[in-house]
Amino acid sequence: MSQPSDTPGSHYFVPEPSPWPFISMFAVFALLFGATLMINDVAIGGIVVGLGALLIGYVFYGWFRDVVTENLSGAYNHQVDRSFRQGMYWFIASEVFFFASFFGALYYIRNIAVPWLGGAGYLGSSEILYSQFAADWPTAGPGALGGEYTVMGAWGIPALNTLILLTSGATITWAHWGLKLNDQKTLIRGLVATIALGVLFVGFQAYEYRHAYVDLNLTLASGVYGSTFYILTGFHGMHVTIGAIMLMAILVRARKGHFSPHNHFAFEAVAWYWHFVDVVWLGLFVFVYWL
Amino acid sequence: MSTTADTLHSEHEHHPYGWRRWLYSTNHKDIGTLYLLFALTMFFLGGLSAMAIRAELLFPGLQFLDPDLYNNILTNHALIMIFGAVMPAGAGIANWMIPLMIGAPDMALPRLNNLSFWILPAAAMMLILSFIVPFFPGGGTQINTGWTLYPPLSVQVGMSMDFLIFAIHLLGISSVLASINIIVTILNMRAPGMTLFKMPVFCWAWFVTAFLLILVVPIIAGGVTMLLFDRHFGTSFFNAAGGGDPVLFQHLFWFFGHPEVYILILPAIGALAQVIPAFSRKPLFGYHSTVGAMLVIATLGMVVWAHHQYTIGMSFAAVNYFMIGTILISIPVGLILFNFIATMWRGAMTFETPMLFATAMVLLFSFGGLTGVMLAVIPADIQYHDSMFVVAHFHYVLIPGAIYGLFAAVFYWLPKWTGHMYDERLAKIFFWVNMISFNLTFFVQHFLGLAGMPRRIIDYNVIFAEFNFISSVAGLIYGLSHLLFLYIVIKCIRGGKKADNKAWEGATGLEWELPSPPPFHSWETAPRVK
Amino acid sequence: MLARMKTIRSLWFLPLLLVSAAPARAEYGLNFPPPATPIARDIYDLHMLTMGISTILLIGVFGVVFFAIWKFRKSRGYQPDQNFHKTWFGTWSWIIVPAMVLGVDLTIAGSAQKVLQEMWIVPKQEGMLDVKVTGHQWYWEYEYMDSGIRIESRALPEDQADDGLYLRDVDNRLVLPTHRPVRFLHTSADVNHAMWVPALGFKKDAIPGYITETWATIDTEGVYRGQCAELCGTWHAKMPIVVEAVSESEFETWLAEAKAAEVAAEAEAAADIEWSMPDLMEKGKGLYNTKCASCHQINGEGLQPAFPPLKGSAIATGPTGPHIDIVLHGKPGSAMPPWKGQLNDLEIAAIVTYERNAWGNDTGDLVQPRDVKAAR
Ligand code: HEA
Ligand code: HEA
Ligand code: CUA
Ligand SMILES: [Cu+2]
Repeated sequence: MSQPSDTPGSHYFVPEPSPWPFISMFAVFALLFGATLMINDVAIGGIVVGLGALLIGYVFYGWFRDVVTENLSGAYNHQVDRSFRQGMYWFIASEVFFFASFFGALYYIRNIAVPWLGGAGYLGSSEILYSQFAADWPTAGPGALGGEYTVMGAWGIPALNTLILLTSGATITWAHWGLKLNDQKTLIRGLVATIALGVLFVGFQAYEYRHAYVDLNLTLASGVYGSTFYILTGFHGMHVTIGAIMLMAILVRARKGHFSPHNHFAFEAVAWYWHFVDVVWLGLFVFVYWL
Repeated sequence: MSTTADTLHSEHEHHPYGWRRWLYSTNHKDIGTLYLLFALTMFFLGGLSAMAIRAELLFPGLQFLDPDLYNNILTNHALIMIFGAVMPAGAGIANWMIPLMIGAPDMALPRLNNLSFWILPAAAMMLILSFIVPFFPGGGTQINTGWTLYPPLSVQVGMSMDFLIFAIHLLGISSVLASINIIVTILNMRAPGMTLFKMPVFCWAWFVTAFLLILVVPIIAGGVTMLLFDRHFGTSFFNAAGGGDPVLFQHLFWFFGHPEVYILILPAIGALAQVIPAFSRKPLFGYHSTVGAMLVIATLGMVVWAHHQYTIGMSFAAVNYFMIGTILISIPVGLILFNFIATMWRGAMTFETPMLFATAMVLLFSFGGLTGVMLAVIPADIQYHDSMFVVAHFHYVLIPGAIYGLFAAVFYWLPKWTGHMYDERLAKIFFWVNMISFNLTFFVQHFLGLAGMPRRIIDYNVIFAEFNFISSVAGLIYGLSHLLFLYIVIKCIRGGKKADNKAWEGATGLEWELPSPPPFHSWETAPRVK
Repeated sequence: MLARMKTIRSLWFLPLLLVSAAPARAEYGLNFPPPATPIARDIYDLHMLTMGISTILLIGVFGVVFFAIWKFRKSRGYQPDQNFHKTWFGTWSWIIVPAMVLGVDLTIAGSAQKVLQEMWIVPKQEGMLDVKVTGHQWYWEYEYMDSGIRIESRALPEDQADDGLYLRDVDNRLVLPTHRPVRFLHTSADVNHAMWVPALGFKKDAIPGYITETWATIDTEGVYRGQCAELCGTWHAKMPIVVEAVSESEFETWLAEAKAAEVAAEAEAAADIEWSMPDLMEKGKGLYNTKCASCHQINGEGLQPAFPPLKGSAIATGPTGPHIDIVLHGKPGSAMPPWKGQLNDLEIAAIVTYERNAWGNDTGDLVQPRDVKAAR
């Protein structure tokens, strides 16, 4: 399918100068500058963050609008399409490594730090410091920070959520089939189903957090267990939310009939992203909830 | 090799003018220029801070800084130089040259390209804020952790640490996006016939670097994120009382940090692989082995990080593994340097400025690398660690390594970029002043380290006085010499002897087939490479 | 001045010095100070070996490059050999060179094994002297675990340090016996520090909440100096370590004396007598200047923003209760440590009294040991 770059009449599309990247500079600066003030509870922080967020939203809107119009005007040849795809692969790769850092931290804590605190083997005789600290997982550390808490079980909501995400993975593939067969109905149905499942997942997750804070006293401050639990599930939840929002955008475009069996990079990009959060969740389920 | 005629028409074809051309640019050359200007500014900022450091260390006793301010300057010096100067400079050259070298009209994702640049100024603002905020009422304490940001010290610091953490996030995003763009450009934009193994080594170097960046930058992003949570949201990743471990951060930092040093050096090595053959007037010796060696460096570089942490109490097996792994890196690096020397061998060399810097890099980087191998040997490192010996090591690899590689590249391609030849006489003077004063500045620091002077101290005992004095005086000369560099570059942009398409007699490669400076859209029609 | 001339002159043959394993030159501060333990000696030799190898390799590289520069230049009309990379050498160098480098690498790694093993595997034998080393911002605390003796070791201010030893001199030295293996257990009370005494051939990070181990058997008596090697904040430069290695017998006598002194101090503190203002001020001044002044400064004006002033401060001029409390328990989330572990009631009473009456904080309050005991 890939047609060589230098076929006459198909120059590689180089967009005209675009304001969005430049505006993004102010957006991200406002966002993070505000965030810094906010977490150090300086009054105006919230407002600045708000402005930044608005600006970011505006940039995303404008930027993607331009891309869509260019795309519909047929400016993109196969080579451009290929660039987009490869770009998305490597973006997802970097996301994978972002999560890897948290999984790595979990691994280190469980297999090196905690045993060391327990005075394990060569690593030193830390038991001098802690007379009665049992090095087992989960733990809130020798200081038992955050007070008594109950461990989050794996076979309640988490298992259900696993099921939900896996199904959503299936439904989006179903939608993709529909798209390939140019069957608008299936496409829409599939997308709607996926979004619904995504929202459901986030809903359950929110409920689980509330349950953990209120009933189990399992909080961010419950030692490393709480820390690793929330950082991993939290960042994943965030990605699911983003994914769901992107799916909604795709749904809108699908309704408008933007996608053809042969030209639907945006759809596939989001689908890949969705599968990615899916896989991350499996990792979470095994290492955070189950083992 | 290819036909330039049909690309010329694009010259007299409209292109944006005025401020829009720069702020909204989607043109790889303009964006490259922006990168380079940004890097130069940052280099001078980081250098000024270095001058402050050297001035403070001129004599024993507190000269004009207080300890926290000293450490604050030190932290900023390192971060600005590494993230603000060297990395953007490399990215700038990549932006300028890769499309020209592989016969592409532009980078694969031009708008994204501009985004990865414009994130940098925002990051720089956050970085500079992290430096100055403590001087405002309620600004909290200064960053006194050094660029390694080890907790718990970094948890004690006031809000400026948060500015720094977010600055690192932004810098990370910027370089990941840039790397994605470079990888895609190389995989997808090569002219017909330009197979991966016909590609200039500079492109290969950046290809490998980009992979490294995508793999390790997210790790440090995660690391500082956990730091942020420990600081503000009560988590205890790095807090023993909660079952965490301060050392965990060190692992995350160096898992990024050590590949990072190869991220800094590989583009420089790539540039040398263009410069040395050009001025030896014969093809690069061992193209494939050079490329292979770079891949090995990247892979090995990912798995030896803990050689920065020999003193944290790892098991015997662990440290022994990290020692051997680290020492083995001398093999690929050695092979590359050997190839460079073999390229000079039986060539017909001339020594214009790029070649001078290239030769200096081959020699002095070998030196820095060899002290690196000494550091890798644990029992000895137990003595060197966190002493001025380490400081000497890494300035020898960073300056004659990374920076000289960049200087070589800049002088080599300046005619292509500006369309003018630079002032060769001044440039030679710059080289000699710079190279000699550099060695005086940092060679003596080896002795300071061996004699037992720790790094990151503002005040030292009199037994360390002599060498610090020498280092500071030479350092000042060294610093000032860069003003000459600035002058040369400006002079060259302003005018000078017109450079023809092929500015250097021995130069090879597609970029030299385009006019100097190249048309706004580099290769409207892709050349055919045989 | 003379010293400086010496070094400047010695600069001429620096490269030589790099190769020649001349411990004699150690006093020039060009190389490791003379080692005082077997392991430190092995390390020294290893260091000399790797440095020798590096120097030889470097001379090789320089030699080849300079020869090439002299021989293969266009100005001498040398014609480039366009096929050099196609010769058998060109085809095989990619394996020959790595093989050679690998050889050198294995030599280096191999020659490190023995000493690495020795220094890394801390022997768990009987009769070892266990010393717990705790890093504080910014002083060291040494505890002889068997005899329970604790000493705090602080840098001496410039005027009190022996001349030429400022930043390398302390009030209380770490006294150790020779010819007896000593195990050091490193930890920290606040941030990472690292104990480094070059002559004893070890450096280990002190990590809060964890313990790392090192060991050494000193075989020559003498005084060995080192500094804190891990950046630990403001006064990282002011954490020297001074080890005094004495004979076994001297060490025992020293232990006894130290023990006696400690007991006496305890008794004095416990004794429930009324202390007079001048006595407490006297004691308090001494204690304040050693323990508190590094942050709050001798003149009590502090170092903003990190270290608040005490002169005229709310704490030091307000009610005594909170004042005693903050000294006992510290201020979480700041550099102010809890002192209840380090100081006895009398000492804290003295310090508080001093702070409340010095530098024009003339509150006239007089805090007695029992008040402190009550607040503990
Ligand atoms: C461009 C950056 C750069 C590069 C390329 C390197 C390259 C190397 N570095 Fe360096 N290093 C730094 C930047 C760099 N380093 C920095 C910034 C720090 C300090 C960070 C901090 O703490 O702030 C550091 C610190 C550092 C340490 C930690 C020291 C300590 O804190 O205790 C160690 C220890 O192993 C080390 C080792 C090495 C090694 C083995 C190489 C190897 O890659 C070198 C390989 C090259 C050669 C070996 C020379 C050429 C080869 C030959 C001539 C062939 C023959 C050679 C042999 C047979 C040996 N480096
Ligand atoms: C690419 C990285 C890079 C570069 C280029 C440099 C460049 C320089 N560095 Fe840097 N340095 C680091 C990376 C780098 N450094 C790192 C990572 C650390 C460790 C930080 C830590 O411990 O956390 C460090 C630490 C460090 C120390 C150790 C301090 C300590 O541990 O106590 C010292 C001391 O001499 C030093 C000096 C210098 C000098 C003199 C230069 C010179 O090359 C600078 C020359 C450039 C200029 C001077 C700018 C251009 C000229 C002008 C602006 C004109 C005006 C100048 C004058 C007024 C004279 N650096
Ligand atoms: Cu303690 Cu540095
Ligand atoms: Cu390293």
